[in-house]
Amino acid sequence: MKFTVERAILLKALAHVQSVVERRNTIPILANVLLSAGDGILKLTATDMEIAVVEEVPGVQVARPGRTTAPAATLYEIVRKLPDGAKVELDHAGGDAALKLRAGRFNTDLSVLPVEDFPSMTEGKLPHGFSLPAGQLRELVDRTRFAISTEETRYYLNGIYLHATESDGVQVLRAVATDGHRLARVEEPLPDGAAGIPGVIIPRKTVNELRKLAEETQDEIAIRLSDTKIRFDIGAVQLTSKLIDGTFPEYERVIPRGNDKVLRVSKKEFAEAVGRVAAISSERSRPVKLSLDRNHLLLSASSAEQGQAQEELDGEVVQYDSSPLEIGFQARYLNDITDQITESVEFRFADGSAPTVVTDAAKPEALYVLMPMRV
Amino acid sequence: MPALCRDCFREVPEARAACPACGSRRLVRHAELFSLTVAHIDCDAFYASIEKRDRPELLALPVIVGGGKRGVVAAACYIARTRGVRSAMPMFKALRLCPDAVVIKPDMAKYAAAARQIRGLMEGLTPLVQPLSIDEAVLDLRGTAALHRAPPAAVLARFARAVEREVGVTVSIGLAANRLMAKLAAERDKPRGFAVIGAGEAPAWLAPQPVTLLPGVGPALARKLEAAGFTRLGQLAALTPIEAARRFGEDGPGLAARARGEDSRPVNPERETKSISAETTFDRDLAAIPDLEAPLWRMCEKLARRLREKELAAAGVVLKLKTAGFALRTRNARLPSPTRLPETLFAAARPLLLREADGTPFRLIGIGAQPLAPATGADRGDLADPEAPRRAARWQAVEALRARFGEAAVVQGRGLKPRA
Repeated sequence: MKFTVERAILLKALAHVQSVVERRNTIPILANVLLSAGDGILKLTATDMEIAVVEEVPGVQVARPGRTTAPAATLYEIVRKLPDGAKVELDHAGGDAALKLRAGRFNTDLSVLPVEDFPSMTEGKLPHGFSLPAGQLRELVDRTRFAISTEETRYYLNGIYLHATESDGVQVLRAVATDGHRLARVEEPLPDGAAGIPGVIIPRKTVNELRKLAEETQDEIAIRLSDTKIRFDIGAVQLTSKLIDGTFPEYERVIPRGNDKVLRVSKKEFAEAVGRVAAISSERSRPVKLSLDRNHLLLSASSAEQGQAQEELDGEVVQYDSSPLEIGFQARYLNDITDQITESVEFRFADGSAPTVVTDAAKPEALYVLMPMRV
Repeated sequence: MPALCRDCFREVPEARAACPACGSRRLVRHAELFSLTVAHIDCDAFYASIEKRDRPELLALPVIVGGGKRGVVAAACYIARTRGVRSAMPMFKALRLCPDAVVIKPDMAKYAAAARQIRGLMEGLTPLVQPLSIDEAVLDLRGTAALHRAPPAAVLARFARAVEREVGVTVSIGLAANRLMAKLAAERDKPRGFAVIGAGEAPAWLAPQPVTLLPGVGPALARKLEAAGFTRLGQLAALTPIEAARRFGEDGPGLAARARGEDSRPVNPERETKSISAETTFDRDLAAIPDLEAPLWRMCEKLARRLREKELAAAGVVLKLKTAGFALRTRNARLPSPTRLPETLFAAARPLLLREADGTPFRLIGIGAQPLAPATGADRGDLADPEAPRRAARWQAVEALRARFGEAAVVQGRGLKPRA
């Protein structure tokens, strides 16, 4: 195998694929990227056995087609440090010979591992397919992924639950994530072809890789899935992942319907006040107390060692008409949600100890549920 | 040197080999005899002694108390011990050493009743009684001399006699200046012993002893110490705290202090429960997952019951497995929120079991609650588990039925043995 490619093109493709490679690997071949050159195209593949990323790079001058595998992180590091505009030549004589990389007066020999050892992730049949604009997919991910759990016992919470359902008589594609303390539920209009999809749990790592790849594009992203695998086509990159084999909880039951104490507060002022008040707290959970009265919100936090802090919001930025209420939340949980809200946050409370519903007053398609904590 | 008669509790004048009042030769003599206050009391071969008490025909025979074909020795009488039988030894090994032993299945209710009786007698001596196990306790008799009109040594000798008369078993007593030395003293003179180690002589007494004498120095630590050239306690005792920390990490200074006989732990009657667990040894080795799941479920139910009795909850679980080759495997999992329900314990332990059940034959499975959490706040459920309160109610109903109609009134299918 021998080909020449522009440094910037190779770097971008390597950046895409090498991030799925686990930094600490017990299986040496999984640290490698598979390079296949042929017919003007270079194909790069990396996998951790759960996720596989394949990217096709056109415009490569292939002198001799062939395939080999080389250490992904090292190759990426080297290419990253080459000067901008450099032409990179990769030359592999075959067999156990080293992979020679030349760029200008720089050259290196990289040790390779046999192509036959590189695991191929078989997709099997992916009977369902639809596509989503990249922007919609980003919103589904951004507004839910902060709530993904990291706990091992309830492994079925370690991802985003994606499924088709009906919301107020409208067909929607819905993403849900929860760690038990907060829940995020976001929906988009149901795309063609998604009506019959099985509900699937997409693992956290896949979600994060997908989000990185979806950053650079405005195009449609094609999605194909079965009940065990999912594949995303993002431009020239193909991301295939196993799904979490488990049952997502019946989340609808925990979304309160009758919460009637409504607070509307300006996002900017509220989020900043939460951050300032919580700074006093020395506990890891940084509890913040919300004390509500007619059109008046007092945020407070205290710590036995460091003292206490409070901030009042009223008049222009707070609307509240119900009976006085006191309730506490973790500061980080509040901020994770307000980060997803543009202008006005709407809270719906039942009382000081029941789950609270939070929405973006301007965007009803995203809904959050937050468990209060004792303060 | 002050001395005391262990049979009539009188002070014996110096240089007498027998008690002038009752003629007994069971004297205890020590320079600090009447000033030491910390006592470690250990019942001699407790379960076996109770069985012999109830069946006098067994008195001259080796008796082993232990469970089943595959269980371990819970207690061995002193006759069995002369053949090499020890507690916690697998039963097959014990029977190989002592084939004529009379093996008795443990009757925990009977032993607990005797233990309560002994505990009652202890509490008559001092409020500072800290039970360490069913047959072991440490007492601090500081400041009780005026009440009893006798020094602690005499009070303890009287107590030993009372246990023999009222309960029918013997105890061994260690009297010293702190808990560590009292325990070592109790071990020194068994059975029916009364040993004293004074504060002044502790370091000299410990110095020539092997490091393994110290409680907490097991085979692994002993190997580590030996590799560093430490085999006798005197060598450890000579280390300054800084040297000890450098050589053996943060536990080093404490180890060196204990090697000098220092121990500042008070006798605390309200000992905190640190962990609660339940385990079972199988009649035959098990390897298949369904075969292991059934006893795991039963142990989860047992653990749930024990948690309820102690008003505690599990914030995490420990799965314990012992292979047919006696290798111990323990695996931990943290729970998202505390629980007292067998289903939630099982759900947390099952993935741990699945990872270990690789075809290895096991002889024992157990589950423990660790760390423990207060019962309030357990099984409230959260956004990902709205069913928890209902599960809690269901389990309570099952337990209520069992309390009324017996253990077998309600049995969950997964607790049943799979068909062979």
